[in-house]
Amino acid sequence: MNIYVLVKRTFDTEEKIVVSGGKIQEDGAEFIINPYDEYAIEEAIQVRDAQGGEVTVLTLGGEDAEKQLRTALAMGADKAVLINIEDDVEELDQFTAAQIISEYLKDKNADLILAGNVAIDGGSGQVGPRVAELLGINYVTTITNLEIDGTSVSIKRDVEGDTEVLETSLPLLVTAQQGLNEPRYPSLPGIMKAKKKPLEEVELDDLDIDEDDVEAKTETLEIYLPPKKEAGKVLEGELADQVKELVQLLHSEAKVV
Amino acid sequence: MSKKVLVLAEAREGALRNVSYEAIAAGKQISNGGEVVSVLLGDSVQGLTAELGKYGADRVITVEHPHLKQYTSDGYGQALLAVIEQENPQAIVFGHTALGKDISPKIASKLQIGLVSDVTAIEGEGDAAVYIRPIYSGKAFEKVKVKDGIEFVTIRPNNIAPFAKDDSKSADVSSLSVDITNLRTIIKEVVRKSSEGVDLSEAKVVIAGGRGVKSEEGFAPLKELADVLGGAVGASRGACDADYCDYSLQIGQTGKVVTPDLYIAAGISGAIQHLAGMSNSKIIVAINKDPEANIFKVADYGIVGDLFEVIPMLTEEFKQLKVNA
Repeated sequence: MNIYVLVKRTFDTEEKIVVSGGKIQEDGAEFIINPYDEYAIEEAIQVRDAQGGEVTVLTLGGEDAEKQLRTALAMGADKAVLINIEDDVEELDQFTAAQIISEYLKDKNADLILAGNVAIDGGSGQVGPRVAELLGINYVTTITNLEIDGTSVSIKRDVEGDTEVLETSLPLLVTAQQGLNEPRYPSLPGIMKAKKKPLEEVELDDLDIDEDDVEAKTETLEIYLPPKKEAGKVLEGELADQVKELVQLLHSEAKVV
Repeated sequence: MSKKVLVLAEAREGALRNVSYEAIAAGKQISNGGEVVSVLLGDSVQGLTAELGKYGADRVITVEHPHLKQYTSDGYGQALLAVIEQENPQAIVFGHTALGKDISPKIASKLQIGLVSDVTAIEGEGDAAVYIRPIYSGKAFEKVKVKDGIEFVTIRPNNIAPFAKDDSKSADVSSLSVDITNLRTIIKEVVRKSSEGVDLSEAKVVIAGGRGVKSEEGFAPLKELADVLGGAVGASRGACDADYCDYSLQIGQTGKVVTPDLYIAAGISGAIQHLAGMSNSKIIVAINKDPEANIFKVADYGIVGDLFEVIPMLTEEFKQLKVNA
């Protein structure tokens, strides 16, 4: 089976966000594979191990993203592709990303494409379904279980807490929700092997893409931090009085009940 | 310039979700005096159209088909693209719900347009509309505008206030017949886990429990308080990992993002990943035995104490408040 995983390099979840000059400061920040993409990588490896085939991890970004691709290779992916847009694309949005990724994938005959259901930085969850639509294949988002039998696929997906059980077929794009699996850590031998695994780098020219054709449809005007919350009021006194006071405050001061 | 805005109405278990009305209000703002057309899809939805008019929709278009009884991206995609083709709107608003998140990228990709997802506020009107959305799990915000093409946005439930219901208002209702074919996904079954009580992502009040709840049974007093306040129960990852509750209740960076009017965190320490899922709530109450717990830093009100003492007392006190009201 020919499997692709779309991964994104993101800020570590523990990182404090610093904004300066209307931009997020990246200097010194730790970067990781988007946590939801880790579920996608793990699932891809498990499917390959059960069904045979090859797992290719693909990312869109700059030279820096090589580290995350090597981590995915160390987990067990077979090949990696970096679509390096560093020099060509100044502003990108989900439209841009999906157009470029699908242009790369269009002649690859992927049976299964996996991605995280959302990236924890941009948080839009668009690129996966957009790519599927551009490739003309079906997609299922926020999956928590995947079973493949020939070209038949049984899936469980999370729908705001409910579980939807559905059937579809390959080729298919799925996006991973938490609960799909427990992503493995790269093993030491895995890390050693990853250094020798193929990592292909392509640019827009290689894909015959003119950057004007993939120009972002949306524009970020400003990035800012939420207003700092003033320190809250920790109540004091007898517990019973505190509870009474809290209910009064919520009712009369905050007016939320 | 005024705009014609198409907004998606969403029904669940035979009733319209609030986000349908919020989308109408958002649509009105983007329309700058133009027309707001509400679209309602399903196998039998005529009974729901009047409500949309009362909440401000100028027109309602229904598409009814047996294949629209359950959501599939193919079925809804075909129906919505047919409506968009007929109406030729300048803007589109969906809810950022499970359904809206799933279908909006497909439509945007098909139309080769931008899409601003998970909008929590809109500034300005018409062509000057600027969309505010959280990034980095709510640790920052960005202001986005659409450069060209249709303005397509999804709005986070519970953030943009709907118009007050006006029984004297009504919308013109028309139906569009669409041939829905070639569905590539077949829904076999929907296992309801969250059907009891209020939808967590739309709840005005959320009572969330963490590791301090200690057991599955420990959630009972939280549930009782939620029932009294007409709210929903949520949980931290810690409580889910410890098997005290289902992952469908998880609030945080992984899990749901909620923005209720009132969020009561009981026995939750307040890890940064949890805060990402609830810190934009209007009022936050923290109940924790540990006065140093991080959750107190984001709380508007805090009680240092045992949740198993505090929560039942709160429940009684709220019951009294209701009796007196």
